[in-house]
Amino acid sequence: MSKTTTFAWTADSEKLAKHHIAKYPEGRQQSAVMPLLDIAQRQNGGHLTIEIMEYIAGYLDMAPIKVQEVATFYSMHNHKPVGKHHVQVCGTTPCWLRGSDDIMAVCKSKLGIEKGETTEDGKFTLSEVECAGACVNAPAVAINDDYFEDLTPETMTKLLDDLADGKKVTPGPQNGRQTSAPDGGATTLKEFIGKEKGA
Amino acid sequence: MLADKDRIFTNLYGHQSPFIDAAMKRGDWDGTKELIENGKDWIISEMKESGLRGRGGAGFPTGLKWSFMPKESDGRPSYLVVNADEGEPGTCKDRDLMRHDPHKLIEGCLIAGFAMNAIAAYIYIRGEFYREAEALEQAINEARAKGFLGKDACGTGYAFDVFVHRGAGAYICGEETALIESLEGKKGQPRLKPPFPANVGVWGCPTTVNNVESIAVAPTILRRGGAWFSGLGRPNNTGTKVFCISGHVNNPCNVEEEMGIPLKELIEKHAGGVRGGWDNLLAVIPGGSSVPVLPKDVCDTILMDFDSLRDVQSGLGTAAVIVMDKSTDIVKAIARLSEFYKHESCGQCTPCREGTGWMWRVMERLVTGEADKSEIDMLLEVTKQVEGHTICALGDAAAWPIQGLMRHFRHEVEARIDAYQAKAAE
Repeated sequence: MSKTTTFAWTADSEKLAKHHIAKYPEGRQQSAVMPLLDIAQRQNGGHLTIEIMEYIAGYLDMAPIKVQEVATFYSMHNHKPVGKHHVQVCGTTPCWLRGSDDIMAVCKSKLGIEKGETTEDGKFTLSEVECAGACVNAPAVAINDDYFEDLTPETMTKLLDDLADGKKVTPGPQNGRQTSAPDGGATTLKEFIGKEKGA
Repeated sequence: MLADKDRIFTNLYGHQSPFIDAAMKRGDWDGTKELIENGKDWIISEMKESGLRGRGGAGFPTGLKWSFMPKESDGRPSYLVVNADEGEPGTCKDRDLMRHDPHKLIEGCLIAGFAMNAIAAYIYIRGEFYREAEALEQAINEARAKGFLGKDACGTGYAFDVFVHRGAGAYICGEETALIESLEGKKGQPRLKPPFPANVGVWGCPTTVNNVESIAVAPTILRRGGAWFSGLGRPNNTGTKVFCISGHVNNPCNVEEEMGIPLKELIEKHAGGVRGGWDNLLAVIPGGSSVPVLPKDVCDTILMDFDSLRDVQSGLGTAAVIVMDKSTDIVKAIARLSEFYKHESCGQCTPCREGTGWMWRVMERLVTGEADKSEIDMLLEVTKQVEGHTICALGDAAAWPIQGLMRHFRHEVEARIDAYQAKAAE
């Protein structure tokens, strides 16, 4: 069990929490438990504690066990501290076919940790995740809220170096291609492509 | 090949801004008020005429689904829920529709919601699609600011709003009743049907759950007419479809094409062909990880639609085409899918909870060949004991890839066992 001080919303978190609760009908505030767990996890630096779950239970008028059930069911809720950069390598078949094993190997050797571990300096946590849903841009890695795609061992290495050095990194395909269009140019929509970007 | 003028998602790749000014130039929100004023019956009849079948995998006729919703409220409100929990391995189309063309989905929510008498739509998007959820939120705010959503949506007098609900990492929430549970703030464990969501859905109210693509194509279908859409593709398999082509092709991509396009043409025209040429093809999973794999000789001529793929004991599913060339360890490729289903089983039904782990462990031994040939039939028997014996289709989805492997590549599995045993005997 991780040690925390007493948890309470910051003003920003509470504002966001209320924004989410307002999406659901009167009396259905339990629907906001997932967004609230997400807000709390971010406020707490990346993971949840029993105390946070109890706080949210009180806030939403839920039994604490119901919050814990939700918090332990979904894979994006962390129950131990994670690093500043949570490197989540997709390992499901479409990414595997395009070399996710090599991407994972680079991460392990560069970071000196295994899956599920965090570097001693607290900068990186390494995880393998199930299908990230970026299959035509495989292999893909999610780092916090962003996807990095079309990776090679070389671009993955550079990405980790840049993050370690605190440099700005650019999400999306790492090989210069336009999102999910075929590399080398779209085969369709020629009339629409190349037009000035809209507002 | 589908002509650009018949493509619905003209900003599929995000070459233009996803947001309202650019979206309106692309034709979104054009005459929405008139479409609504044509009435619920007209909307549903056009949707039925279009032949649109649900784009989330099951292929249920969309117009028919909408017509199941109560015409008159018994005091309970009705809801539209959009399934944006995209996570079927191989599938990444809804992501593009939401991050690059979100107004098509939002306009579709209003029209579909109106047709089924709903007071609001909830878009349930997988938690990992954080940036996509941001794009949707921004687009919804734009639509509200323009008066397209709200108390008097598009000036029709109809009150309707759209909300985004982010998931938190659970493939099972793509199953409609698990999604509803999750939307209510619970573990995503599927419900027994009946009652069906159209009677008892989210918060005990009538609910229709539709895939992102099914809703996002609706405004264009209504503007151009159901007959336009049904004129594309083949009977019972009409319209356009966003295909995702991943794996061992030269240029993996998403592309909107006509239903019924030959698989070979799809891969060669848009994805730059199979790596090493068509003759280097080993197999294709044609509709996302759940559908059975097809060997090359079937791929040579198969058409990409619901009925053609069903006829070869596979399925169109989400139209996510996973291509594997001859360098692929096909047993490992399927074993990795077994691991996926083991990881994603919600644990509610015993055949799935126990079966997915059991099947995966046997599959891992088949990868190395450390098995007895009699275990192949035992494994197939277990897939049959899981299939059809669970509340939801995740059990089926875990069973089918293994059945497909054994149907077409049993020789490969047996050869591996022979090789292992020969080595052990040395």
